[in-house]
This record gives sequence, structure tokens and C-alpha cells, in this order.
Amino acid sequence: MDIIVALKQVPDVGAGIAINDEGTDLARDRLGFVTNPFDEWALEEALLLKDMTDGWVTVVSLDDPGIDHALYRALALGADHAVKLVGTGPAWIDSHRRAGIMASWIREQLYDLILSGVQAPDDLDGQLPALLAAGLGHPFASVVVAVEVTETGLIATQEFGGGRVGRIELALPAVLGIQGSLRDPRYVSDMRIRLASMGGGIEEVRSDGETGVPTAGSGLSVRRVFTPEASRRAVMLPASPHEAADAILGLLRERGLIA
Amino acid sequence: MNHDVLVLAEAAGDSFIDPTFELLGRARDLATAWGGRVLALVLGPSPDPSMLNADVVLTVSHPKLDAYTPEAHARAAQHVVAELDPKLVLLANTTEGMDLGAALSLWCQRPLVAYAVDVRAEDDAIVATSQLFGGRLLAEVALEGDRGICAVVGGSFPPARVPTRPPVVEVVAPPVSLDGVTTVPRGMPPGEDEDIDITKAPMLVAIGRGLKSQDNVAVAQALAEALGASLSGTSQVCDLGWLPRTRHVGKSGVKVRPRAYLSFGISGAPEHLEGIRESELIIACNTDEAAPIFDAAQYGTTADAIELLRALTSRVQQR
Ligand SMILES: Cc1cc2nc3c(=O)[nH]c(=O)nc-3n(C[C@H](O)[C@H](O)[C@H](O)COP(=O)(O)OP(=O)(O)OC[C@H]3O[C@@H](n4cnc5c(N)ncnc54)[C@H](O)[C@@H]3O)c2cc1C
Repeated sequence: MDIIVALKQVPDVGAGIAINDEGTDLARDRLGFVTNPFDEWALEEALLLKDMTDGWVTVVSLDDPGIDHALYRALALGADHAVKLVGTGPAWIDSHRRAGIMASWIREQLYDLILSGVQAPDDLDGQLPALLAAGLGHPFASVVVAVEVTETGLIATQEFGGGRVGRIELALPAVLGIQGSLRDPRYVSDMRIRLASMGGGIEEVRSDGETGVPTAGSGLSVRRVFTPEASRRAVMLPASPHEAADAILGLLRERGLIA
Repeated sequence: MNHDVLVLAEAAGDSFIDPTFELLGRARDLATAWGGRVLALVLGPSPDPSMLNADVVLTVSHPKLDAYTPEAHARAAQHVVAELDPKLVLLANTTEGMDLGAALSLWCQRPLVAYAVDVRAEDDAIVATSQLFGGRLLAEVALEGDRGICAVVGGSFPPARVPTRPPVVEVVAPPVSLDGVTTVPRGMPPGEDEDIDITKAPMLVAIGRGLKSQDNVAVAQALAEALGASLSGTSQVCDLGWLPRTRHVGKSGVKVRPRAYLSFGISGAPEHLEGIRESELIIACNTDEAAPIFDAAQYGTTADAIELLRALTSRVQQR
């Protein structure tokens, strides 16, 4: 099975949020970037399917900050080919434009399946997988937590609210938004990533910025971004496990939850 | 020009999901402001439509809509939206909402806002506030043009009142495009046997990926047993097979309201918090003091989850 995995870098707000002077976006130049965590699950699912089907995995991305490391990492983990679409301009590319640019490249490839993370922390104008599918005209599913290969296609397990899950069989090529996988995203050492980067291996493809699907952009204008008013913070108990355990038992006892 | 607000109703069993009623409530405010009608769209078999506080309930029936598939439901939704051209389409930011919102946006050429927690009318304009970065940032956005789609996070609006008179039900003929749908529903995953119902448990011990490995689930199970509590967890823990899916709490799992929710190694993603907000008491353990779970919990500790689980278990057992 030939699989394309769409990867994206997102601002790392772990150490705190920084907002630009206009108040309309994160201060992206002041933040580090990490790979969208859900894309790592998508890559893991692709690598599992590769092993199962003797397949081929291509990772593709735009020229996001820190993407080279992410692509080399994917190669070190077992992806067969990495493609970077360059020339599309910097800054915050919305999901609609991202999907359009990717679709115009994907359209020229041979593939059975496209995987990407179900969502990203900053996809204000909707999630990439369904936008890609709608643009390319493929069957699709979001919030996929398991994939089985069948003779004619594959069966995806989709999660809904209230504990409902459903399995659907999709004809290929199809697009899946991956929410989780049967295995934790695998680990690879920095040494292996460095080795992968020494082999070169990222194919740069100049994109003319043309979107292969009929969408110029999201049609949204951001007026302002802001942090929500400080929500109630927990009262912190001691960090020592024994003292914390005593405090927690006290709380449960007060409420009559234990004798 | 048409000023209607269309709500995509999502059926679940013999009713609709909570967000459907919440969207209908806000749709009424918006339709009143714009001078349009509230339309509810039900794709496939419909629970009793008289529950829906709308002016018109539109139903579409077709064998391909009997069970949910993104492909068939997206095509049917596109057909209705293109035909009726409502000013605004509201859907829940659920799995279905993610599937259909994007397809409608591209195929009907309308702007789409995801993760909305507020949608309002400013004269003729549609303005939304959305959650980004798991709720750590809010964005106020205006939709360009006079047509739009908003996917709204559950719990953002109070539910609509129960309708005093039943809505008009209109049957919409299914589009021919449904005949070309290739996706086939294959039912529920095998092997999900009857399990305990965690929504009924008075106390829950809940675990996340911070437990690090499946072997540690037994450590949490020991505490649950000592307390007479049930074990539950995040979706990722269930995806990894550490717990059966029936134990999965949150937006795509179940909503719980225990008297106490003890959480270990859970980050507190908004999708998880949606399922625990109504708990009477939340106590959270996470080594990262900035973890969002501490915004939902009344009490917290940065102790190591395994050490704390062991310390608690031995104390409870020694009582
Ligand atoms: C459409 C959709 C629906 C979803 N529905 C749900 C849902 O219903 N329910 C749900 O739970 N999720 C849901 N999710 C997933 C959700 O976004 C998160 O990915 C998930 O909740 C994270 O699970 P976690 O907290 O176990 O893991 P992580 O986010 O990886 O968190 C692990 C935490 O453990 C902490 N930790 C690490 N080591 C230790 C230690 N030694 N002791 C204590 N703490 C430690 C870390 O600091 C971290 O905060 C959904 C996602 C999508 C896209």
C-alpha cells in the first residue's frame, strides 16, 4: 500500500503563549515549533500499515519552521521518501490553503491512502484531512482510531461521542484523519536522525502556490487573539507522594467517600 | 436574500446529541436577529423530530444514509445546503461535524470556523470566537461574505427550550450523487463485550498516558479496588488497549458525573475535560504544573503518578 502522510509543524506553546504586537496571531517568530502531535500518530499508523502490507510511505509537508528535522525524523523512523513543498510563502498558512497546495502536488502522485493528524492546535478554519479529501474527491473519515486492511480497501474505526464507535469500509484511495493508533508513536534516537539527515533525502518541490482545489483561502479574518480569563486553578497539594496521599484521603473522608 | 440558520442535527439512539439542542438555541437568537427561519437537517433515520425547536425540520432518507458514513452524509448535506442556501450552517464540532464541515466549506465555497465557542450576529456579519491550542488561546474572527459555517464546541450554549408547537417536517428528495457512494458501514468493532457502566460509578480512578506503560495499569486498578471505585481513562489510553473502550471518558467517550474523579497522568485536553466537568470533586496528579487538567480540578499535585497511586493504595488498604 502506498501511503502519503501529511505532516505539519505547529507553534510550541508549552512554555507559554506569546502574541504578536497587532494582537492578531501568535508571535510565531518568538516561539519554537514542534510537529503536530496527531501527525505523529498518523505517521505511526502509516508505519504499521507499511509493515503489514509491504508498503511505501511518503511524508510531505510545506516549508514550516523546523520541518527538516521532522522529515528526517520520519525517514529515520522508517518512512521511505520525504517531500517538502517550497515557495509557498511564510507565516501562518491556513488549513484551506495548505490543503489546496498539498492537493495540487498529491494529485500528480500514485498512492492508495493519505493519512494526517485528525486536527492541529491551530487549525482555526477546519481540519486538514477532510479538506484534502473534499478537494481531491476521495472517500474519507475523521477521528480514526484503528485501521484494518481488507482485500478491496480498508476498514476504519471512527470514534463518535457517547462512547459510540463505527467501522466503515472505504474504497481506495481514501483519506483518514488519525486520532490514535494501536501503538504509541515510536521513538528514534538523535543519532539516527542525524544519520538520516546526512543521507540528504528530502526532495524539495517548488510549488507555484497554485491550489489544486477551488479555494483561495479560509475566508476568515482574525480580528484579535487573546488568552481566556484565568480560569479557576486547582489548590495545589504537596508534591511529595506521601503527603499528597494523606491530603487526598483527608478530602475523600471529609466528603464521606471513604470511612 | 435568505437569512435562515440551518442546524445539522446529529441523531444518537432515539434522541439527538446534546450539542444539537444547544445549536438550536443559538440558531433561534441568530435567526431572530437576521429575520430568518431556524431549519434543522436530519440525514438518515430520524428520532422524533418534534423534539427539535426549529421552524422546519428537513429530513433526507436513502439506504446509503441508514448508518453514518462521511461520504454519503457529506454529499446529502451538500445537496441540501446548495439547494436552500441558508445564511449560516451550524454543526457540532464532533466527528460528524469535522467530516461534514470541511466538505461543505469546499464544495459550497463558504468560510468555515472550527472549535467555535461563540457565534454572533453583527448586523449582517457572522462573527465567531474560537478555541485554539486546546483552549489556551481564543480567536475572534469575522467570516467574509454573507454565508458561513461554524463548528461549535459542545456546551457552548444553553439548550433550546422544548418546542411548544411541533416543527413543520419537510422531506427532501435524496440527491442522485448518493448512488455513487462507495463507503460501506461495517457495524461496531468486534469483541466489545458488556462492561461496567462508568457513568454510574460514584468514584472514578482515571488514567492517562502519564502512566507510561500498560504494566502500570494494574497499579491504578489496585487503588480503584481498594476504594471501591471504577477505572477509566483518556481516549489515547483506550486506543493503546490499556483499557477497554467502554472506559473512555470525554467528548468521544462518555460524560461522567462521579462524586469524585481522581485523575493520574492525564494532561486535560479540552476533549477530555468535556466529559468530566460535572464531577463533584476532581483531584488531579500530573508532574507538569502547567497541565490544563489543573484548571478543571479543585485539587492537584505534581507527585509522580505511580508513587502516588501506591501511597494511596497502601493507606486505603491499611484503614
Ligand atoms: C475529535 C477528538 C475527540 C477526542 N475525544 C477525546 C475523549 O473523548 N477523551 C479523551 O480523553 N481524549 C479525547 N481526545 C484526545 C485528546 O485530544 C488528548 O489527545 C488525550 O485526552 C490525551 O490523553 P492523555 O492525557 O492520556 O495523554 P497526554 O496528553 O500525552 O498526557 C499525559 C500527561 O501525563 C503527564 N505525566 C507524564 N509523566 C507523569 C508522571 N510520572 N506522573 C504524573 N503525570 C505524568 C504529562 O505531564 C502529561 O500531561 C479527542 C481528540 C479528538 C481530536
